[in-house]
Amino acid sequence: MKAKIIITPKKAVLDPQGKTVQSALAHMGYTEVGAVHVGKYIEIELTDTDRAKATTQIDEACHKLLSNPVIEDYKLDIE
Amino acid sequence: MNFAVLQFPASNCDQDAVHALRNVFGHSARLVWHKESSLGNVDAVIIPGGFSYGDYLRTGAIARFSPVMQAVQAFAAQGGLVLGICNGFQILCEAGMLPGALIRNRSLQFRCEHVFIKTATTNSPFTSAIPAGKLLRVPIAHGEGCYYADEATLAKLREDDQILWRYVNAPGEATEHSNPNGSVDNIAGICNEKRNVAGLMPHPERACESILGSDDGRLIFESLFTALNRELSKAA
Repeated sequence: MKAKIIITPKKAVLDPQGKTVQSALAHMGYTEVGAVHVGKYIEIELTDTDRAKATTQIDEACHKLLSNPVIEDYKLDIE
Repeated sequence: MNFAVLQFPASNCDQDAVHALRNVFGHSARLVWHKESSLGNVDAVIIPGGFSYGDYLRTGAIARFSPVMQAVQAFAAQGGLVLGICNGFQILCEAGMLPGALIRNRSLQFRCEHVFIKTATTNSPFTSAIPAGKLLRVPIAHGEGCYYADEATLAKLREDDQILWRYVNAPGEATEHSNPNGSVDNIAGICNEKRNVAGLMPHPERACESILGSDDGRLIFESLFTALNRELSKAA
């Protein structure tokens, strides 16, 4: 099994990276482009096969270490 | 007085802090490695600047789980004084010992220069010796110093007088131009609700001798010494 985690800055938090990428895209002629948010992707290989247990554990790890709930949101998928 | 200066892999202002404490102020300072689970017999803790654990994941994110930080949490819970400078501030926020977070500078650039900060309150062990209206000229050196907190947290910081310093211009006004990193409300440093834990992005330890271009940072350390002296004489 694998845990796939997508971490993005919260909407209210200043995202200068996203803004810079957005304006670069606009300069390149991609005029239809709206707000850009730059985040992180983390993949964790799991040896355990108990899906429910893995979800609980990785969700806790997302909250404690992998993301900072003050500034980031995360989305966890176990495959 | 006995100070503990924490040392993580990739701390790089630990020796500056030790130099200031030992050689400029004549106190005892011990470097405490991140794997140690005890601080020993110390009166205050300095968490220095640097790039602990390579700033991997987020600044300060991994350092907060080190054994030494568990000891710092226990020390602070008993009322011990803790000052986090630059990366130390980031670690304290990640550890939840200070509210909010520090994110990428608005300019996306690393800023390394001297700035002015204005003390917002002298009601703290970190600011009590700073004369009213005195601006401190201190260096900054960071890429992720943009202080962020949501509206409710900010309102509480203001209400409880927890904002210690703001970035200002030479006349002492907190303007957008004087804000080097995009911090909300020009915040350069804050303390916790109990007022015994503080963090700031500028480096007072690098501004304790005039040969370094400014000795305004002394006032922050002198505030700390005054508070510690008061506590030590109370205990005696």
